[in-house]
Amino acid sequence: MPIIGGFFPFHIDFVRGAGLLVALAGALAAGPGLLKKGMADLRLALPVAVIASSCAIVGAMIGLALPAKVVNIALGGTILGIVVIMLMAKKSEFPEVKQADNLSTALRISGVYHEASTGQDINWQIHRTPQGLLLFIVIGVMAGMFGLGAGWANVPVLNLLMGAPLKVSVATSKFLLSITDTSAAWIYVNNGAVLPMMVVPSIIGIMLGSIVGVRILAKTKPAAVRYIVITMLLFAGSRALLKGLGIWN
Amino acid sequence: MSKKIMATEEQIAYAKLLDLGMKAGLLLLVITFAVYVFGILTPHVPVNDLPNYWKLPVKEYLEVTHIPHGWAWVGMVGKGDFLNFIGIVFLAGVTIVCYLRIIPILLRKKDTMYAVLAIIEVLVLTLAASGVLKSGGH
Repeated sequence: MPIIGGFFPFHIDFVRGAGLLVALAGALAAGPGLLKKGMADLRLALPVAVIASSCAIVGAMIGLALPAKVVNIALGGTILGIVVIMLMAKKSEFPEVKQADNLSTALRISGVYHEASTGQDINWQIHRTPQGLLLFIVIGVMAGMFGLGAGWANVPVLNLLMGAPLKVSVATSKFLLSITDTSAAWIYVNNGAVLPMMVVPSIIGIMLGSIVGVRILAKTKPAAVRYIVITMLLFAGSRALLKGLGIWN
Repeated sequence: MSKKIMATEEQIAYAKLLDLGMKAGLLLLVITFAVYVFGILTPHVPVNDLPNYWKLPVKEYLEVTHIPHGWAWVGMVGKGDFLNFIGIVFLAGVTIVCYLRIIPILLRKKDTMYAVLAIIEVLVLTLAASGVLKSGGH
């Protein structure tokens, strides 16, 4: 979304509609592979999805009512804040979770995934589940408001706050987008904020790319994934903020 | 707490249906977009006129192009641009179908909490898809 909004002359209403549909399509394409490999976790995603998708509807309705300048400034500031958090985190590839909390235990949220880069099976569990679920209220609203996939927020909350391994966080976040973005995308579709000439080529491209990306994620070293995510967020956040402030149009 | 070594039955069922729906939606979009760009069906908004409109806020865009809100696009699928909404809406609806697929599995396994979560999610997504919720516009 920030890339399309930054380099093309489309109004942000259409950029957001396209952004949500593109993110949704990418998640739909990647989801089957990630779920079958056990890297995306359905039990982790479902409770989060109910909260995030409901709030994304609210966010979409608010976002379509706000002036474009306000949206760009808020978007840029938020993404840059996430970059700072990710840069300052000391250990995120395999967070240490000494004890699963009561809520994640009751929901039976835990698992094992095979880390291809080391050949090890990684056992994982999560903590701070109530706090994480509360944050997904905010994430859902922002996803709908900004027309973003929300992976930029999902991954830090799942990984840094709740303690899921980075690859499980990235994979589950990707899968989550297929649910969260569905709800927000419907609002944009039903309000007419979708241009097929913009949206369809982007959807086709992202779907084909996501199918390939799933295979790459399984083999990529977790540290490399982290720095790729940080670099992309830094670019996206800076561009949105500068555009909203009228410095870089 | 027992550890999962493989993905659960509902996770695999969801993944299989998602894979099928995703590929069908992608194929649908490729076909309808080809119909659009090759002019096989005349679009409602001529392609050459798009640069005049895509800079407008959506409310203004709908007014000047006389495009109705919500599901009214269904009546316009004979137009090359609106034909693409079939594939777009199909992809947006795949998740709802996947949730419906796993609800019986969760109920059979007596995983009541997750079955309820899945039912709630279906209701949320259906509400979003219904077209009942509209924004004020700016």
